[in-house]
Amino acid sequence: MVQPDLQTVRLSNGKEITVHTHLFINNEFVPGHGPLIETINPATEEVICSVHSADEQDVNAAVNAAATCFKDTWRKVAPAEKARLINKLADLMERDRDELAILDALDNGKAFTVARDVDITDSIACYRYFAGWADKIHGKTIDTTFDKMCYTRHEALGVVGAVIPWNYPTMMAAWKFAPALAAGNCIVMKTSEITPLPAYKFAALVKEAGFPAGVVNIITGYGHTTGNYLSGHPLVSKMAFTGSTATGRKVMESSSTSNLKKLQLELGGKSAQIVCADADLDQAAEWACGGIFNNHGQSCNAGSRILVHESVHDQFLELFIKHTKAMIKIGDPFEEDTFQGPQISKAQFDKILNYIEIGKKEGAVVSYGGKRWGNKGYYIEPTVFTNCHNQMRIMREEIFGPVVAIAKFKTIEEAIDIANDSDYGLAGSVYTTNLDTAITVTNEIKTGTMWVNCFDVFDQSTPFGGYKQSGFGKELGKYSLQEYTQVKVVKILRSSKI
Amino acid sequence: MSLTTEFTTTDGYKLTLNTGLFINNEFIEGSSTIETVNPSTGQVITAVQAAGEKEVDLAVEAAHKAYYGGWKTSNPRERARLMNKLADLVDRDMDELAHIETLDNGKPLTDAKSFDVPGLAAQLRYFAGCTDKVHGKVIETQGKLSYTIHEPIGVCGGIIPWNFPLAMLSWKIAPALAMSNTVVIKTSELTPLSALRFASLVVEAGFPPGVINIITGYGHITGDLLARHNRVSKIAFTGSTAVGRLIMKAAAETNLKKVTLELGGKSPNIIFDDVENLDEAVFWSRLGIYMNAGQVCCAGSRIYVQEGIYDQFIEKFKALAASGTVGNPYDEKTIQGPQISERQFDRVMGYIETGKSEGATCLLGGNRVGDAGYFIEPTIFTDVTPKMKIMQEEIFGPVVAISKFKDVDDVIEMAHDTDYGLAAAVFTSSLKRAITVSNRLEAGTVWVNCYNQISENTPFGGYKQSGNGRENSVYALDNYTQIKAVKINIGL
Repeated sequence: MVQPDLQTVRLSNGKEITVHTHLFINNEFVPGHGPLIETINPATEEVICSVHSADEQDVNAAVNAAATCFKDTWRKVAPAEKARLINKLADLMERDRDELAILDALDNGKAFTVARDVDITDSIACYRYFAGWADKIHGKTIDTTFDKMCYTRHEALGVVGAVIPWNYPTMMAAWKFAPALAAGNCIVMKTSEITPLPAYKFAALVKEAGFPAGVVNIITGYGHTTGNYLSGHPLVSKMAFTGSTATGRKVMESSSTSNLKKLQLELGGKSAQIVCADADLDQAAEWACGGIFNNHGQSCNAGSRILVHESVHDQFLELFIKHTKAMIKIGDPFEEDTFQGPQISKAQFDKILNYIEIGKKEGAVVSYGGKRWGNKGYYIEPTVFTNCHNQMRIMREEIFGPVVAIAKFKTIEEAIDIANDSDYGLAGSVYTTNLDTAITVTNEIKTGTMWVNCFDVFDQSTPFGGYKQSGFGKELGKYSLQEYTQVKVVKILRSSKI
Repeated sequence: MSLTTEFTTTDGYKLTLNTGLFINNEFIEGSSTIETVNPSTGQVITAVQAAGEKEVDLAVEAAHKAYYGGWKTSNPRERARLMNKLADLVDRDMDELAHIETLDNGKPLTDAKSFDVPGLAAQLRYFAGCTDKVHGKVIETQGKLSYTIHEPIGVCGGIIPWNFPLAMLSWKIAPALAMSNTVVIKTSELTPLSALRFASLVVEAGFPPGVINIITGYGHITGDLLARHNRVSKIAFTGSTAVGRLIMKAAAETNLKKVTLELGGKSPNIIFDDVENLDEAVFWSRLGIYMNAGQVCCAGSRIYVQEGIYDQFIEKFKALAASGTVGNPYDEKTIQGPQISERQFDRVMGYIETGKSEGATCLLGGNRVGDAGYFIEPTIFTDVTPKMKIMQEEIFGPVVAISKFKDVDDVIEMAHDTDYGLAAAVFTSSLKRAITVSNRLEAGTVWVNCYNQISENTPFGGYKQSGNGRENSVYALDNYTQIKAVKINIGL
């Protein structure tokens, strides 16, 4: 059954908007051959609308569109022109900032003000940042022996596949699209079937900006079908995946059995926030609060373990709860003062509540929250567990919700050991006023990002990516360009006589 | 007093020209005025304000205040936004800027529209993309956390020439601004007008006052004041080697400000007998010397042709050189406008006379064109010897000297018989020859099978007495950066 591409949906504030529901392939919206998938409004638990999904035929069509475009068109476009197009896209996103934010808030449940001021704003900045790299990707000339001329070229990969999650729909897309485009690739992106709507609005802007057909292709579908076809496709040179560690393994396996495509995995985390005795406790508590409760705890880099020096534990806990109360206003995403909206889905909602039960059974103490909020929508109270130790499941497994586990430590060495006692290594923080402690701890913790006296501070120009089973490869910053280029060395032999 | 004036060009285009000094986002009076002449007609266009000591001080103070008042620590994204906005405004006013450029400089309007003004916008955009991509390093050291920071320098002065007024302006300001320096630019008193129009766009784009200041005046007065100013931390100069020496001397005698120089050239253009397509080599060679009426620092003003194809080359080159229209720059057919001024005209004509008197053969041209404006025919000298003045000295006009050569060692020796080293070109179809010869040539840019291919993203600058430092591309950022090393004790 084919539904029309454009569907009208109603927001909780009564406003109506129009959304695309077809796949975006070769600059056209086309119905897929996969099943229609319902996308749910997590604030109301009601269906927003259905979208078409991509089956293997559609994935093929998208990949072939990208491959043809790369070969015939995109790789011949001058870098400065690529930069111009990416900047134009950013201009259009700025123009339609509110509409993009509405879609993020509607489909994901995050507060509209947060979507507008963080997600969309940072996405626009991401495109502008990488536009500036397009004509600055340099190889080197390398002196070897006198009779050779050697140089490297940093070439585009060709067709890049991307699978992105539902937690920051527009921003996760930007983190993949921007460097991939700047480095000269064509892309097929599978959005999460839970949040398919925002990317299609973005797709319309891609077309309006003037990108040649086939540079950007956006499809949706289930991971185990659509995602699987993409990660196994022989014409896709690289997969960039953000999501769970479990699915990351599948993507890696898929590459190993198909064409050994290059990989970039951005997976889960259980990041530790270390609060030292000499920290500014009130500041630390405020940052730590955002560190776990931002985005309703649905961040791979969430600071979901807090390790506090025993001498300041009680004081810190009091301040942490004080900030939680002040900061976290739960409500409908379209209410002006909402900070925390609902969790993304019933499945996640159930999973988080289950972890809260597990925590209680393990002997941790609920010092704040611990329950559902309201009786409609997947809302969960910000929840604080104390009396934790690092062998508890709630200290080891990623909950992906507004649940933090707080434990004590005696010495800084102990804190470092606890923090490192994890299969994950995505981010972390240390709160201290002492210079030596700051440098020592950040040197010792095995993670990809260490924040000092802050959390969740992102810039387009600094890299982000995990150690250990939090994944590999970097997003953002100049480092990310390496993920989207391949290096060829050219070695010309000439004799010293002509 | 009015600091604008109305002017209508000979092709009927109406212009409102700014004539003040642009300091602190305002146009002000100077200590004196200088008349600027239309080189196509020899007629005065208007008088502009010139900066004396008082105004140079004002400009430098404005730049200093703006630097410490927020520009030094400005958000890179904001700098990028302003520079991109400025580029957008340049695009919007392309037609007007191109007309002013042609009026004041005499270059064909088609050149101004296809190269000069787009080049200004491209430069701004390229460096706008650099603002948030400047990285230091973390360097492993025992017991220490050591890292470098790449910081701006401060108030940067720029003294620019008259041959590509807007392009030269952009080469100086774009990398400086990207690195969060503030600038004081002295334009050539021969071509002050286009930069002053651009100054209005600086205000419209929203740059804070004092970040960009544009003044004009004579080199030996205004330029000297800027080069000697103790609050100017760096000076970038493009112009003659003779004046370059004075700038360096001025810096040495005052605050040892950092100096980069982009000076003259006498670039060799070498045509081997295995060139794939002689017509193409002729096309590029002609562009190499006659573009901008020969008023290009990297002009291929010495052509060396391997003996086997010499006669053929001469015949084709002479025919092509003679075929272009020299005249009214507003005419689409025109490919060569006038020389910039009466003085330059006399100088070039003087070199032509010298060439003849030294015994070279004037194969083509050598005469004035028309009797108004400073037009000179495309001129060719042959039968030249290496020590002739026309082979050693920069003429800066539409005059080329063509020699024969036997083999590669012979021609490279001749190519190097110069104090300059700005550019060079090699025409050949042989891969080995292309690479080997370009490796051997002592020049900052070597073109293979082309000429005058200059863009914002590849570096440009000279070897030897053609200058020091590189402009364009990320290399240019080095000129506007100073490096601080920070070393924190964590366990010594």
